[in-house]
Amino acid sequence: MPASLSSPSASAASAGCGASRCGGTASQIDALDSPLRQKVQDHPCYSAEAHRHFARMHVAVAPACNIQCNYCNRKYDCSNESRPGVVSEVLSPEQAVHKVLAVAAAIPQMSVLGIAGPGDALANAERSFAVFDALARRAPDLRLCLSTNGLMLPAYVERIVAARIDHVTITINCLDPDIGARIYPWIFWNHRRIHGREAARILVAQQQLGLEMLVARGVLVKVNSVMIPGINDAHLPEVSRVVRAKGAFLHNVMPLISDPAHGTAFGLAGQRGPDAAELAALQDACEGGASMMRHCQQCRADAVGMLGEDRGAEFTLEKIAHLQIDEAAAMQRRVALRAQINAGPGGTGAAEASAAVLPFARAATPPARGVRMAVASRDGRHVDQHFGHAERFHILEVDGEGVRWLGERAAARYCGGEAECGEQDNLLARTVATLADCEVVLCARIGMAPWQALESAGIRPDGEHAMEPVAAAAQAVWHALRDAGRLTAAPFEDQKRA
Amino acid sequence: MALAITEDCVRCWACLPLCPNEAISAGAAGFDIDPQRCTECVGDFAAPQCGEICPAEGALVDAWGHALNPPGSLGGAPVAAAAPAPGPRPGC
Ligand code: SF4
Ligand code: SF4
Repeated sequence: MPASLSSPSASAASAGCGASRCGGTASQIDALDSPLRQKVQDHPCYSAEAHRHFARMHVAVAPACNIQCNYCNRKYDCSNESRPGVVSEVLSPEQAVHKVLAVAAAIPQMSVLGIAGPGDALANAERSFAVFDALARRAPDLRLCLSTNGLMLPAYVERIVAARIDHVTITINCLDPDIGARIYPWIFWNHRRIHGREAARILVAQQQLGLEMLVARGVLVKVNSVMIPGINDAHLPEVSRVVRAKGAFLHNVMPLISDPAHGTAFGLAGQRGPDAAELAALQDACEGGASMMRHCQQCRADAVGMLGEDRGAEFTLEKIAHLQIDEAAAMQRRVALRAQINAGPGGTGAAEASAAVLPFARAATPPARGVRMAVASRDGRHVDQHFGHAERFHILEVDGEGVRWLGERAAARYCGGEAECGEQDNLLARTVATLADCEVVLCARIGMAPWQALESAGIRPDGEHAMEPVAAAAQAVWHALRDAGRLTAAPFEDQKRA
Repeated sequence: MALAITEDCVRCWACLPLCPNEAISAGAAGFDIDPQRCTECVGDFAAPQCGEICPAEGALVDAWGHALNPPGSLGGAPVAAAAPAPGPRPGC
């Protein structure tokens, strides 16, 4: 739901995105050549901006896999890469096409269709390409992408290009076969099962060759790596450097998810996953390499919706079985919405459209009055910004029913560095005045002077929800206020107004 | 001369498209090999394709009930051998 808490245009990336936090930052995207930029611009997984406005969907048509990873128990589903959790239904290619068309008719933000398992898209090549080829005909505006372990990639590069798939994610956990032998016990190759180091050597070679071939053909490539402490953690900065040198656009490091209860080889062997600090340190170490995608939320193979939410339950096969879809009209709606979103800084309508189409989650709480809050958020989704660094605030109306996004307000940046400090007090006062109708300001941190200025204006500064998702933080604050009995009186009644 | 699929099958679908004789089917009751069609891949491949790709130990057996992939044959042995395994941490 916080997906729609955002500035409406991709061009706002320069204001909204600090260089180190988001995946494709403004400068990185600007640096891309134009066809590549076009590909990145409205991809909800790749662009730090676009993921707020556009929806993606994965269909589970590819159950089979041709390698074994020690972090995967095939009895359930791959718990790493882009697909933790259990995929509820394996679809036939025909079912998948119908489902995609139904979802794309209901959610005009739909712009990306991915095949990411539960197995390997290219170990199920016939099924995967049956879906891609049908959609290329019936919904040619959708971007297609696939995820693969890379083993069969070189064999299918031409087919990928022919199907006009422009995003491929390869999971690359190592370059060194000795490290690979500790991650992959076997692969299926040339009709035989191959074990050990030889298996890893072949897999690594195929991945690297596939990466090079895709880049040479102009296909956008993202690389995913699973961080496995003690096995490939020290090696991943090198992986990052190499894949970037070869032209991967993004490198995404994710933590090993390991639990004996999952029955994976790693889980049973007691191999632990990284803690948050270890993961962040490695992501920092890789940052000089391919751009890191930190807004990534690992999503399920059958996920439907904006990143971070899943509306799959609304589109089960049963519910869509007899749906009649006007494919042409649906496509027109999508294209129009996209044009609006991409129209630039003036396109406020896009964010409103997002809010209208994607209802906010409803909490079952008895009503007390609503509270207006301002949030300092750089990525539009988390309370991730220092009050003094915020160039704009998201304004929310929060009540027992949920969170409504009212819009955005520019802040006077009062703390822009030494040069501006002469004006500091003046700017602070202006910022506080901008937020005068808000009762709460959520931010990651806040200095003493602005804290006092806000308080004396009757606004509560709140730095206790740093890095939390915006909507969850706003709801938590609202509940705390209600529980403290502060929402029975009219706004500001219990506070001194400046 | 035919293979069979046991209860240890995890229904991963990997074998199904590889069979040169379309002997494998996915039914409501699970995956199944048609003994009339299965040739154990003789003449087509050096080894039974289902047995080569199956990730589940014990899922495929020959006519005598011997597993093509007996317990321990597919596991991640390198992990246990190479990685000193720290216990799970609290909170992880
Ligand atoms: S052994 Fe060969 S012929 Fe028999 S089921 Fe397996 S793949 Fe098919
Ligand atoms: S490969 Fe093995 S586990 Fe997978 S469906 Fe076939 S028999 Fe079952």
